[in-house]
Amino acid sequence: MEASTSERPAAAEGGVAPMVRFDRVTKRYGALTVLDDLQLDIAAGEKVAIIGPSGSGKTTVLRMLMTLERIDGGVIWVDGEPMTHMPGPGAAGSGSLVPASQRHLRQVRGKVGMVFQHFNLFPHMSALKNCMEAPVTVLGLSRKEARERGAELLSMVGLGDKLDHFPGQLSGGQQQRVAIARALAMRPKVMLFDEVTSALDPELVGEVLTVIRKLGAEHDLTMIMVTHQMGFAKEFADRVCFFYQGRIAETGAPAELFGNPENERTRQFLSAVLEAG
Amino acid sequence: MLWDWGYTWEILPVLAGAAIVTIEATLVGFVIAALLGLAFAILRMSPSAWVRLPVGGLVEFIRSTPLLIQIFFLFFVFPKFGVTLSAFTAGFLALGLHYSTYCSEVYRAGLENIPKGQWEASIALNLSPWVTFRDIIIPQAIPPVVPALGNYLVALFKETPLLSAIAVLELMQTAKILGSENFRYTEPMTLVGIFFLLLSLISAAGIRQVERWLKNRRG
Ligand SMILES: Nc1ncnc2c1ncn2[C@@H]1O[C@H](COP(=O)(O)OP(=O)(O)O)[C@@H](O)[C@H]1O
Ligand SMILES: [Mg+2]
Repeated sequence: MEASTSERPAAAEGGVAPMVRFDRVTKRYGALTVLDDLQLDIAAGEKVAIIGPSGSGKTTVLRMLMTLERIDGGVIWVDGEPMTHMPGPGAAGSGSLVPASQRHLRQVRGKVGMVFQHFNLFPHMSALKNCMEAPVTVLGLSRKEARERGAELLSMVGLGDKLDHFPGQLSGGQQQRVAIARALAMRPKVMLFDEVTSALDPELVGEVLTVIRKLGAEHDLTMIMVTHQMGFAKEFADRVCFFYQGRIAETGAPAELFGNPENERTRQFLSAVLEAG
Repeated sequence: MLWDWGYTWEILPVLAGAAIVTIEATLVGFVIAALLGLAFAILRMSPSAWVRLPVGGLVEFIRSTPLLIQIFFLFFVFPKFGVTLSAFTAGFLALGLHYSTYCSEVYRAGLENIPKGQWEASIALNLSPWVTFRDIIIPQAIPPVVPALGNYLVALFKETPLLSAIAVLELMQTAKILGSENFRYTEPMTLVGIFFLLLSLISAAGIRQVERWLKNRRG
């Protein structure tokens, strides 16, 4: 990753700067360009669904924003701050950015939380402990405060009676709800969901989607979700991005994109998904 | 007379005292091996090649040179550099250092078995590398390798007679002295064998106990 220039996201006409900006972001694995010059702004509080065929780079977008992957070009901004980069030495105001240090990453990524396809709960900790670990060790909450916060969030996701259960004692749907509570306990501004229901048995999908719906309704979180549930994307998202071969092939309000897709690829993808049921 | 009971009873207390020294050297040596081995294993995972490679080289070097040479080195050569150690200290340090390299391999296997998702969840929650190791990785990596560590505890224990080479008054050295003083080796050497057998059995049982405890703790 090289030094870059990238403009601090300015307030748009509506008066708010985007919460997340991918500014000409490129990601390669060896010779394979997974994301090509990605340009994407996401407003504070916006719910964005990312759809697209397997291998189109959807997961990679989230992983870059969570700082799990380094990027090979461009700059990612979060809440008005460069995340993948930081201002170069003695460059105040010059706009020149150098790749972020570990320290800078730790400062900025606290604004982002992520829920994974395979939950990734800590198996040796109870549901409550899973939710307390980061607030205590990162935010410096007292154990009492962290316990209260964790218990409150676990009740919010419908697991108030499972605080002392270990992940191995919970169903997939319950584990995923613990994972959501665990991420929320850090009070992120942006939440990322990567196919959070695809590892679940069909009858457990609903309970997780219900929690996400509730989050969307009750909080002003910015939410970005990769999903194969087209029905949910349609109902929940403010905007849908269709990814194809590392580019956004089409983006728009769900009603437009699902009802009247302009791009041929989008049409093909949607009809294939519909056929699969 | 093949076996002299009177002599046996006479030397038993002396050997029991020496057994304490053997046990002390084993325990102190193993604590060093276990902690230093963990440190080596973690340093060998460092993202920086400046840390990873020298530590890896050191571990390989210690592991592939004989323990006896390391014992001699600490005891006879270190004083030339102004570090004078008692025989006992040189002994348990050498044991600990040598076995730390085996333990480090054991830990490495344990650490490599932690799913990638655990590291990623730790990053996503913004845990520091230190907290990630302390609270997430190590508590999951160690229980499965306790049996392997236990084997090295017993192996280390069985190598303590090497300390007789620098005249630490552990079991072997004491038995040798008793034998040469009384011109009878049968009883002291047999008793030493029995001590080692008993203590090996006891520690093996202890390790199984720890394993069971670790398993139950998870529910
Ligand atoms: N660690 C990796 N090494 C090499 N290639 C990778 C790696 N991760 C993902 N890829 C490749 O990047 C492309 C995009 O992957 P991904 O973002 O996971 O797609 P999606 O989530 O849309 O299915 C795929 O072709 C995939 O094979
Ligand atoms: Mg994916």
